[in-house]
Amino acid sequence: MATESFEKRADRALADAQLRKNFAFAMGNFILKRKAVFSDPEETERLRVLGNAIKQRALSRLPELLEQLEAACTRNGIRVHWAETPAVANRIVLEIIESHAATRVVKGKSMVSEEMHLNAFLATHGIEAVETDLGEFIIQLDGETPSHIIVPAIHKNKAQIATIFHEKLPDTPYTEEVAELNAIARRTLRRKFYEAGIGLSGVNFAVAGTGTLCLVENEGNGRMCTTVPPVHIAVMGLEKVVEKLEDLPPLLRLLTGSATGQLVTTYVNLITSPRREGEKDGPNEVHLVILDNGRSRIYQDPQLRQTLQCVRCGTCLNHCPVYTRIGGHAYGFVYPGPIGKILTPQVEGLEKAGELTFASSLCGACEEVCPVKIPIPSLLRRLRDESYSGKPQGIVPGRGCRRNPAERLAWRGWAFLNTHPRVNRMVTALLGMAGDYLPPTGPLGRWMRYRTEPQFAGKSLHRRVGEEGIADE
Amino acid sequence: MTPVLSKPSSVYFFGTCLIDAFYPDAGLAAIRLIEREGVRVLFPSGQSCCGQPAYNSGFPDEARAVARRQIRVFREDIPIVVPSGSCAGMMKHHYPALFAGEKDLPQAQAFAGRVFEWSEFMVRVLDVRYEDRGGPLRVTWHSSCHALREMQVIEHSKRLLRQLKNVELVELTKEHECCGFGGTFSIKQPAISGAMVNDKVDDIQRTGADRVIAGDCGCLLNITGAGEQRGMPFLGQHLAEFIWERVHGD
Repeated sequence: MATESFEKRADRALADAQLRKNFAFAMGNFILKRKAVFSDPEETERLRVLGNAIKQRALSRLPELLEQLEAACTRNGIRVHWAETPAVANRIVLEIIESHAATRVVKGKSMVSEEMHLNAFLATHGIEAVETDLGEFIIQLDGETPSHIIVPAIHKNKAQIATIFHEKLPDTPYTEEVAELNAIARRTLRRKFYEAGIGLSGVNFAVAGTGTLCLVENEGNGRMCTTVPPVHIAVMGLEKVVEKLEDLPPLLRLLTGSATGQLVTTYVNLITSPRREGEKDGPNEVHLVILDNGRSRIYQDPQLRQTLQCVRCGTCLNHCPVYTRIGGHAYGFVYPGPIGKILTPQVEGLEKAGELTFASSLCGACEEVCPVKIPIPSLLRRLRDESYSGKPQGIVPGRGCRRNPAERLAWRGWAFLNTHPRVNRMVTALLGMAGDYLPPTGPLGRWMRYRTEPQFAGKSLHRRVGEEGIADE
Repeated sequence: MTPVLSKPSSVYFFGTCLIDAFYPDAGLAAIRLIEREGVRVLFPSGQSCCGQPAYNSGFPDEARAVARRQIRVFREDIPIVVPSGSCAGMMKHHYPALFAGEKDLPQAQAFAGRVFEWSEFMVRVLDVRYEDRGGPLRVTWHSSCHALREMQVIEHSKRLLRQLKNVELVELTKEHECCGFGGTFSIKQPAISGAMVNDKVDDIQRTGADRVIAGDCGCLLNITGAGEQRGMPFLGQHLAEFIWERVHGD
């Protein structure tokens, strides 16, 4: 998917003043909102420890819980399908749609469906898939992909949205009135809900014990997608399973607090079966498509497995100084930001996406706010190691793809210098005398694009302490 | 505040590679301020770097070789004081992970347990009190990421700053946001790093402060270099060097 390098895409994003302004403003707001609902640091820490424990407990029994989930869903009348790859998942969804001779699908927000590139796939089979989440609706009209995992159109401001509606929706006058823009989307989508043969949604948590699909949202479009059309298809990554209903309250509090700074979302949907006899609404059929796409491979590594704890709240994006400046599209893959930097290289391989792991200052802001305490900086370091590793075993595709003699030699030289004090002192002394005359090329040139040349001290600290009589030991 | 351990008669000082090459005055000031409290400072001349550059770049074997050297050089069971949150974080929190599965893991763990960030040591162990002899001055403070999130010592650093009666501390709008240094990050992703440091410089300029004080010389090298490039008038200084200057009335 990504045809040019990350660095080039990032450069372009950085040059877009409007984009940077939009992100800086929106992310700043998210940070404040999260802070307001998680105002007590001790309580927040207790909650995060609990969230981490729940997800780790679920992952420790993942195969067993997935079987339990399938059995419970089947008992409830939900049909469960397994897909090892996005291609298989797409095929399953298409078969369900075709078995109902449907041509129109309404979609609630789902990152897994983005992972599948489902809309494009369905379009090639003559099926219209309409995004009904307002943000997704906006970017679909504009032919774009999400720039954030929970607020997909966050890179657009009011005026840009007004233009899209005016140009892409028939008979729509230009307006920047927010209420009017909402009304336009609502009018357009309302009809789509009634016309659709299929409603498709994601899943936030799937409860193994009861076969319950939990889905949170704020616009009601999720509830429409899962209740109005005669058939509901839910798609989820296999890491979304949790053990029991009691696990949901803390996870929901962590998810919504971290994502949007809400105590609870406007809609919390718990779907346990198709429409039962005597019930007035709900679909006649519910299908659950469970996607692997590399997750069971990641699962095999005890450290990297922590990636699968993610609840997709997006707060690591909001707090990331890199994401805040370049936005989601620059990453070039479905999942941007810190979580994308650890997930994408593991799924797509280090040759294609390993570059992302180096696009971090390892500041630790993501780990500090992650509601399930994923140690993102440590996992970034681990993936950097994998990129250069010469060891044969391992589960990350593209291991060792960055190995090159020049860089290895440089680091060996660095290690030699830092383990041989006399040579080190000589080199430092030399730099102290002549370092300021180094040509501004290579790494120094890259440094000096934004900074003046670092000034070496005439005498190193080693020399100064010697001269001032500070004892060696 | 109750001290975490009673005042030792002597401590080790780990100067860090950046201070060694670029900021020896900061290192010397940190040493003198410890000595001023009646504690003997030992500076093993065989010391070099904590190993973090290689550790963060995908070269753990090289990082381990350098780390192992430090563990051998700082052999006595006395505190190791480090004038950098980043290097201290590496030694205290990452050495145990770096040596996992190695035969010298116990030595690495014991070493890690003796590491103190400089301001943390001055406050929690020595409980220092400073008299400000300098004239009125407005400064701002940058919290370095690893001092904040790994060592969690920012409150100690600021406690020292607040003891200086003639110093007005104006806080940054985004004090806790990374300055964009990140070691090799600044040369691997120059444009993103450049955008980050320029925002930091803007934030500093908005405070109207004459100086930015920090506890990490990596951040200072980055921030002052970018400020200088843009012709900004502020000065960057390590906390220890700043305090040394203030208690001597310069």
